[in-house]
Amino acid sequence: MMLNSPLLDIKNLQVSINETEILKNLNLTVKKGEIHAIMGPNGSGKSTFSKVLAGHPSYLVSNGDIRFKGTSILEFDPEQRSHLGIFLAFQYPIEIPGVSNEDFLRLSYNAKQKFYNKPELDPLQFLEIINEKLEFVNMSPLFLSRNVNEGFSGGEKKRNEILQMILLDSDLAILDETDSGLDIDALKTVSMGINRFMTSSKSIILITHYQRLLDYIKPDFVHVMQKGKIIKTGSSKLALELEEKGYEWLN
Amino acid sequence: MINQSKKVLNTNITKLVNKTYQYGFSTNIEKDIIEKGLNEETVQLISEKKNEPKFLLDFRLKAYKKWKAMSEPEWSYLKFPQINYQDIIYYSAPRSQKKKLKDLKEVDPELLQTFEKLGISLTEQKRLANVAIDAVFDSVSIGTTFQTELQKSGVIFASISDAINEYSNLIEKYLGSVVPIGDNYFSALNSAVFTDGSFCYIPENVVCPLDLSTYFRINDQNAGQFERTLVIAEKNSQVNYLEGCTAPQYDTNQLHAAIVELIALENAKITYSTVQNWYSGNEFGSGGIYNFVTKRGLCAGSYSKISWTQVETGSSITWKYPSCILMGDNSQGEFYSVALTNNYQQADTGTKMIHLGKNSRSRIVSKGISAGKSKNTYRGFVNVTNKAIGARNYSQCDSLLIGNLSNANTFPYISVQNSTTKIEHEASTSKIGEEQIFYFLQRGICLEKAIELMISGFCKEIFTKLPLEFAAEADKLLTLKLEGSVG
Repeated sequence: MMLNSPLLDIKNLQVSINETEILKNLNLTVKKGEIHAIMGPNGSGKSTFSKVLAGHPSYLVSNGDIRFKGTSILEFDPEQRSHLGIFLAFQYPIEIPGVSNEDFLRLSYNAKQKFYNKPELDPLQFLEIINEKLEFVNMSPLFLSRNVNEGFSGGEKKRNEILQMILLDSDLAILDETDSGLDIDALKTVSMGINRFMTSSKSIILITHYQRLLDYIKPDFVHVMQKGKIIKTGSSKLALELEEKGYEWLN
Repeated sequence: MINQSKKVLNTNITKLVNKTYQYGFSTNIEKDIIEKGLNEETVQLISEKKNEPKFLLDFRLKAYKKWKAMSEPEWSYLKFPQINYQDIIYYSAPRSQKKKLKDLKEVDPELLQTFEKLGISLTEQKRLANVAIDAVFDSVSIGTTFQTELQKSGVIFASISDAINEYSNLIEKYLGSVVPIGDNYFSALNSAVFTDGSFCYIPENVVCPLDLSTYFRINDQNAGQFERTLVIAEKNSQVNYLEGCTAPQYDTNQLHAAIVELIALENAKITYSTVQNWYSGNEFGSGGIYNFVTKRGLCAGSYSKISWTQVETGSSITWKYPSCILMGDNSQGEFYSVALTNNYQQADTGTKMIHLGKNSRSRIVSKGISAGKSKNTYRGFVNVTNKAIGARNYSQCDSLLIGNLSNANTFPYISVQNSTTKIEHEASTSKIGEEQIFYFLQRGICLEKAIELMISGFCKEIFTKLPLEFAAEADKLLTLKLEGSVG
């Protein structure tokens, strides 16, 4: 891959679910080291966009292309995309009863290790790694023995997502409203986690409704999505403007 | 148009669904059968073929009369076409197995090979080191391993046919003592026509040195299997009993109506584990075993304990309620169950705990998993009589739904007739959804692993109750059965 070639390149993306078109001719290019914020009113297609990137099976891509690291990933299933380096922090992290967080994290980590022909870790070796990462998101080791997201508070669920993001160290992280439902302290913790994750070789797409997250994480670009396409792109100043004026003036 | 990744997911699923039932083969062997149909003569013929003593023939004839006067139970949550009892072969035995064999070496190699293929080795070199096995093929037991070794400690482990002749006093005393002839329609049928099964007797103060196991194989397409198991644990004795079952893949249904009776005398402990993997029919619901089974244990003595553990994954229809009659003071009954249904399978299963003795205790943990278009019902009855002062019961019924078309029901009946009783009941229903699967996939964990993790998490509590070799197998079995049901 060329040094300056984009990590993610989306061209004319058209997506529908149950014959309802949700994304219409969406274009976006994300290079390494960039943070892109996507804002927009409810129902504009932001969450759909994040799930389509991760390969959710409910959506139909009827036109356009998604290229990741130079390769079209439309035919790739969700776990392949994950292994290639796409991480999605879910807006509503799902509860998985009966499966401990520790087992889940280890399996996830080892699946990636295996994909890259690296040695898989046994539970003890893994514990060392994960304990160190727990500190980044201010989580107690007690979280490991609890079932995945089961009985977690809203803030705990979001921190758990960030923990996974740091653990998997993916090249592209898509954060779907990771800031929603967080109190100020949790927002700070989550933001710290995100900043810790970010390096010049990675990229982040932040989907958010609020400017306040952007106080902690400075985006290089702010996009406004409406009715399934990006209608405006600007610098971080655009977010401030939106905070003040809403979306109406853009029409 | 590109239906992104759904296509990939679907290919995976198709691949997994098409994984065939690995025990679906049948053995072509010369058979000795009694013509289809059931009448008094059939019953007499069965008894004659087995050279039975008079008391047993009388037992059978009495049962046949009762059965004729009864009708099929209709209270279960099961739907199936009328069974034509005249269209079933009630006795089918490999011809080579006619006379009693003195040694396992005399067993027809074809039969040994069949069991070998099922992973059950009866030959000296390869058999499991710590489990004695009685192998039942259609209507007869073809061999029992470790008999001599067991006899050293006084344990009797034999086919019930042999036991009827060799230990007729024990059989006469206990057969039908826990499940009376006329208990229900299927028990009456079984009592009239049962052909083989296992008998096990643990003498006083003996801890059975090996786990005992019966492996049931239905082979004949038109034959029913009616086996009978009787386990007697004398004072202060202990035994672990395991049971496994498979059948070939036919597009017709075969009837399996068994009876298991357990008797635990003072301070005796019986653990009875089943991994049931009868052929369950295909994805369109045709074929599979109708499994109508009566299993009951009597905690006759004080401080006795009977524990049922079952993993029910097969059969087109399962109708089964392993129960405990807690007669002895301080006796204990346990029921741990995982019942999994997929495609068009139907299961109506649960337990009855009848508390008669003072301070008797029972514990029920039932986990139902329903996928496809299947129906999975827990039906339980806890009955605490007025004599059972200080009795306690704890019941927990959890259901797990997979997909949108499966069905789970819970019918916990509780009847308490004294005020010193403590009863607890917990129930939950959850679902494995597409979103959960997607969460796993997004984190790079594959579909198979995801399902395996969720199922074994759900069943954790039950699997720890199974003997070690069974637990690993059960875990794998459930995953295999469910593959392809999500997505």
